[in-house]
Amino acid sequence: MAGKTIQFEVKRQSSPDAEAMWEKFEVTWKPGMNVISAMMEIAANPVNSSGQETTPIAYDSNCLEEICGSCAMVINGKARMACSALVDKLEQPIRVQPLTKFPVVRDLSVDRSVLFENLKAVKAWVPVDGTYDLGSGPRVFPQQQEVAYPLSNCISCCCCMEVCPQFNDATGFVGAATIAQVKLFNSHPSGKVLKEDRLRALAGDGGVQECGFAQNCIQACPKQLPLTEAISDVTRDVTLQVAKDFLRA
Amino acid sequence: MAAPKIIVVGGGLAGLSAVIKIAEAGGNVDLFSIVPVKRSHSVCAQGGINAAKDLKGEGDTTWKHFDDTIYGGDFLANQTPVKAMCEAAPAIIDLLDRMGVPFNRTAEGLLDFRRFGGTLYQRTAFAGATTGQQLLYALDEQVRRHEAEGKVKKYEGWEFLSAVLDSNGVARGICAMNLRTMEVTTFAADAIIVATGGIGAIFGKSTNSVVCTGSAQSALYQQGAYYANGEFIQVHPTAIPGEDKLRLMSESARGEGGRVWVPRTVGDKRSANAIPEPDRWYFLEEWYPKYGNLVPRDVATRAIHKVVYEHGLGIDGQPMVYLDLTHIDKATLNRKLEGILEIYQKFVGDDPREVPMKIFPGMHYTMGGLWVDFNQMTNIPGVFAAGEAEYQYHGANRLGANSLMSCIYGGFQAGPNAIAYAKALKAAPGDGGHASELARQQEMNRGLMTSSGTENPFRIWRELGETMTKNVTVIRHNKNIQEADEKIVELMERYRNINLSDKSQWANTSFAFTRQLYNMLQISRVVARGAKLRDESRGAHYKPEFPERNDEKFLKTTKASYAADADEPRFEFEAVDTAHIPPRPRRYDAAS
Repeated sequence: MAGKTIQFEVKRQSSPDAEAMWEKFEVTWKPGMNVISAMMEIAANPVNSSGQETTPIAYDSNCLEEICGSCAMVINGKARMACSALVDKLEQPIRVQPLTKFPVVRDLSVDRSVLFENLKAVKAWVPVDGTYDLGSGPRVFPQQQEVAYPLSNCISCCCCMEVCPQFNDATGFVGAATIAQVKLFNSHPSGKVLKEDRLRALAGDGGVQECGFAQNCIQACPKQLPLTEAISDVTRDVTLQVAKDFLRA
Repeated sequence: MAAPKIIVVGGGLAGLSAVIKIAEAGGNVDLFSIVPVKRSHSVCAQGGINAAKDLKGEGDTTWKHFDDTIYGGDFLANQTPVKAMCEAAPAIIDLLDRMGVPFNRTAEGLLDFRRFGGTLYQRTAFAGATTGQQLLYALDEQVRRHEAEGKVKKYEGWEFLSAVLDSNGVARGICAMNLRTMEVTTFAADAIIVATGGIGAIFGKSTNSVVCTGSAQSALYQQGAYYANGEFIQVHPTAIPGEDKLRLMSESARGEGGRVWVPRTVGDKRSANAIPEPDRWYFLEEWYPKYGNLVPRDVATRAIHKVVYEHGLGIDGQPMVYLDLTHIDKATLNRKLEGILEIYQKFVGDDPREVPMKIFPGMHYTMGGLWVDFNQMTNIPGVFAAGEAEYQYHGANRLGANSLMSCIYGGFQAGPNAIAYAKALKAAPGDGGHASELARQQEMNRGLMTSSGTENPFRIWRELGETMTKNVTVIRHNKNIQEADEKIVELMERYRNINLSDKSQWANTSFAFTRQLYNMLQISRVVARGAKLRDESRGAHYKPEFPERNDEKFLKTTKASYAADADEPRFEFEAVDTAHIPPRPRRYDAAS
């Protein structure tokens, strides 16, 4: 279908302190087009729908196959990955804006480093003795692998945090993604040596207690992580840990 | 003496592996990456990682892994480092397992293995069909641990521009650009390790991620590093065609029993499921009875090209063939391949458990790269390279599931070797070249920012991609390669007349891209000219005018160096190390 076009509205902001404004674009339709490929078209011809020259849109992206976690944004009101947002399946005009819970760097690009800091705080790793040859790893039965693998699929896109009503400055809530990683490492045969440290990191302010069970996270996760189940499992373990620590004290 | 300071550029598997080894040895390491390292391109690797652990009782050995790799690479790889990699591989798998990689398991709780292309053994460990993601995360977690302990400092959102070289040509650090403030700074180091991946972007569309531009390798080549075997580009047989990128459909789909076929009759209009067995042509199984659908990638890619362009049997007359999994039970597919089935479903809309996938070859992997010695050091003293950015482990064609191993092994070698080098390094003359390199890079930026031409960088890039894909991929004719080279020269001319539609000094992504584009153009000439010079067919490099391998003339590593006076590559050839396995004809169709 020659000449078919797609209408876009993009919320733009030239720097963290600048005022945001919406700019409209009309892009020639191509088969299989997604929100990222539309923005690539705009970069090759940076003109808005009023015919004015403008700047290419700044956004985060890398793999374009929904595995690197870069291109999360709010598209038609929904937090999702832009590369897998096919324009044929979206109502027009397609309204694209940056995630709202993270500081805007420019246009659609945001700073999500808070998640990586949270992963540090909960020691989301297996503390191996060293990388020299120490023989095979622990036996892991398929049933255990089938629990661990989905949790390990988290792409750090932060959609679960974006949609969570409790994820805000007032609560300091770590969010579902970090809690799911705590479950993952606490269930690993040698990762669980740090289990108590991780649970203590999630006790108190900003920890599991902040969860309000809105269950938005599990709806928004592009990788279908079992987030609510992870939160309830970890919450139970945190409660037990707090009780144990209280009795010990 | 203070601990040596090492800079690692690139946070994929190779870079992270190097960082871990340096941190563990007490070194002081800075890690630079354009993207947060957890989002590096290694995350896209799907099918698995090779190691001859022989857990299936087939009698597999590290020697057979070595032989398959050398034979698969058509004898172009230097054998000594490849042999060492294959011998180290089983212990690396154990290490990854100890780090918590959720590999698929057998009933007994041991690692499960599957078959991949170019081998007859089940040698590939895997975590569903997202193995690269799982390995990258495991290494990312270990680096985060070292970072929390203060042993690693990360510079995410910084782009490498060049090495800082002293008056003797010895590396003394790097020059990098902050992608938010656009500020250019030099950083001192006793050695640097470049692990910046492949160069897919020069082909416009490929299976590579956006950051895989080859810009860092090209910058180093322009500073005097040799670039080796640039003409060897892997075109993966099974990718999903797309407007913005070609999405990989892992070889593991065939490893788990997937079959490639086309309708036997030209113009067969029936839907795939309506075509009965006798009307389907399983051409790989017919032409290669021993390896079947698991011939090496270059062989499968040429076969698909032949069926589509010579036999005219592409689906609906389009350049596509079927990759069929529908005969495999769904539980197995979900357990072993779910990640890639989801990609197909999300981007194409069909469920590959129900209907055969439509696929076509796409540019995938860069066998060539920065020339390195057996210690992973380039010819610039103090500049090391590891992973896809260097040329060392895959010869003329890489076997599936060998890349993840070569990245990790290469990083594990580069890290300790860089420390050993740095410990013996003498003090730099003067300021080590920092001031002059900073001035040179700032001048380049000023020139671009003030350029008031008419050319859009993204359109130049598209034209580059189109000419490279058309002329320098699967089938190569000297006349066409020459045309491509002339086209690149024309694009470089037009680059001088560039117009940046964004001249701001904050998070200017098109400015960063325009800098990369120049380096892409330079490295494209290395690929094209190298291909033109090699008048033979070997691995992924196929010239119908010269259909045979010619060991007498071309059992040689191509080494390109940048001639600044003429602004073009010069070429020389280096003998290949064949110390262990004498070259023999490579024939996957024979029953050898």
